Amino acid sequence: MTGAPLLALRQVETFYGPVRALSGVSLDVHEAEIVTLIGANGAGKSTLLMTICGNPQASSGSVSFEGRDITRMQTHAITRLGIAQSPEGRRIFARMTVMENLLIGTTPVGDAHVDEDLARVFDLFPILRDRTRQRGGTLSGGEQQMLAIARALMSRPRLLLLDEPSLGLAPIVVRRIFEVIGELNRNQGMTIFLVEQNAHHALALAHRAYVLANGEIVMEGEGRELLADERVRSAYLAGA
Amino acid sequence: MAYFLQQLINGLTLGAVYGLIAIGYTMVYGIIGMINFAHGEIYMIGAFICMIAFAVLGFMGIASVPMALLVVLLLAIILTAAYGWTVERIAYRPLRGSFRLAPLISAIGMSIFLQNYVQLLQGARVKAMEPVISGGFVLMRDGSFQVTLSYLQLMIMSVTVVLMAGFTTVIHRTPLGRAQRACEQDQKMAALSGIDVDRTISLTFVLGAGLAAVAGVMNTLYYGVIDFFIGFLVGLKAFTAAVLGGIGSLPGAMLGGLMIGLIEAFWAAYFDAAYKDVAAFSVLVLVLIFRPSGLLGRPKVEKV
Repeated sequence: MTGAPLLALRQVETFYGPVRALSGVSLDVHEAEIVTLIGANGAGKSTLLMTICGNPQASSGSVSFEGRDITRMQTHAITRLGIAQSPEGRRIFARMTVMENLLIGTTPVGDAHVDEDLARVFDLFPILRDRTRQRGGTLSGGEQQMLAIARALMSRPRLLLLDEPSLGLAPIVVRRIFEVIGELNRNQGMTIFLVEQNAHHALALAHRAYVLANGEIVMEGEGRELLADERVRSAYLAGA
Repeated sequence: MAYFLQQLINGLTLGAVYGLIAIGYTMVYGIIGMINFAHGEIYMIGAFICMIAFAVLGFMGIASVPMALLVVLLLAIILTAAYGWTVERIAYRPLRGSFRLAPLISAIGMSIFLQNYVQLLQGARVKAMEPVISGGFVLMRDGSFQVTLSYLQLMIMSVTVVLMAGFTTVIHRTPLGRAQRACEQDQKMAALSGIDVDRTISLTFVLGAGLAAVAGVMNTLYYGVIDFFIGFLVGLKAFTAAVLGGIGSLPGAMLGGLMIGLIEAFWAAYFDAAYKDVAAFSVLVLVLIFRPSGLLGRPKVEKV
């Protein structure tokens, strides 16, 4: 990898009250890469994604995006720089329609390209097109996940953060979601930072990967390299 | 029948004003989960701005009633909204993320502060104003009894209908309304979607205060007397209306307002006017016992 990274974390520490959730995390995500972060439950994966978005903010260290320090910026301002997240638990606005959820996603960029962007996300997830007037809360888990990703895409992000998009979904849906992640990257050059417990799928897809344990990065390497690594296999790919 | 019709008109007028104020309670509750007990005082400030503005306009010799009314309404809305914004900024925002009771207590403090502030600046005496709009239509005669709809009542009802329709449109059809509803449901996700949550909350207070200002202007014109304490009872009634309709629900606040107005008017007409407040608040007690989520409110449990 050459050139300055799109996203760079340096020695990031994040606390929840007195509890240290991240300690000294440094990582890079370069333009047009898929980078994945794997780790066990409670390792701090979601905290790491939320720290990038400034909620909670890192108590020390720095987060920078396109060379600009965003460590102390407010969440909504960070999204305006081009970072979108499909967060843990999807967080669909349950009492709003699918269309309204998608329109909320356009907040950072305004509605100049709405039609074009809607067409784009409906191409990726055709099922959403039939559900536009349905309330978010009535969708199935897989549909909600698709909506969460589509909502994030509506802001035309330069960096897409995905938090466990495969969690709790049927294998066929999981496959479709990973396909879409791959397509986004290949066809549109979208930079994606993917947090997953489903290490097998994630590592197979990613250019590079990091392993997080107890709030620290313990390994890093190319996706396939980690997929073949004995320690990774025994810790995260048991039975795979 | 004629008497009934007259009370219906009176009750709807009263209820329209309660409804406007109730929207402020219900929206603030919806977005930050607190009861803004200073909202009644915001209404009171709107009433004072109305009275002062009319005095100033009269002094300047502006005689055209519609013109004066428009200027007064706009002034009251803008200045009262500024009060609403300021109250949120200094008394509630610093307490966000604190324990649940903190902003509530701060709101009660704000309410007392604003009453004393107006008492100090304007004096404690009841202030009266010449009627600005008089006359009306006689709708029906029954012996010596006339059913009248005054121009003022007509104005209050039509302004309320227009405002409520406009407001409903804003909430359901505009990006601001979407942002507002998004913050109501999930502030963390709203921020992640690029919504400035603090700004949206501020705007909610501004909108609520603007509606309360209109209510203040209309009640001042209707009754012609105000003092620094009027916000207390009217605020409490509007709060009751919001709970009756289902706190957090916009149509609920409007419906609740109308119902409280009607209950009060009919009780005063057919039973004892001295106990009309008891009637209104008894409804609150009954609703809380038998239908805690209100008439149009959402039940607490929600499938996620």
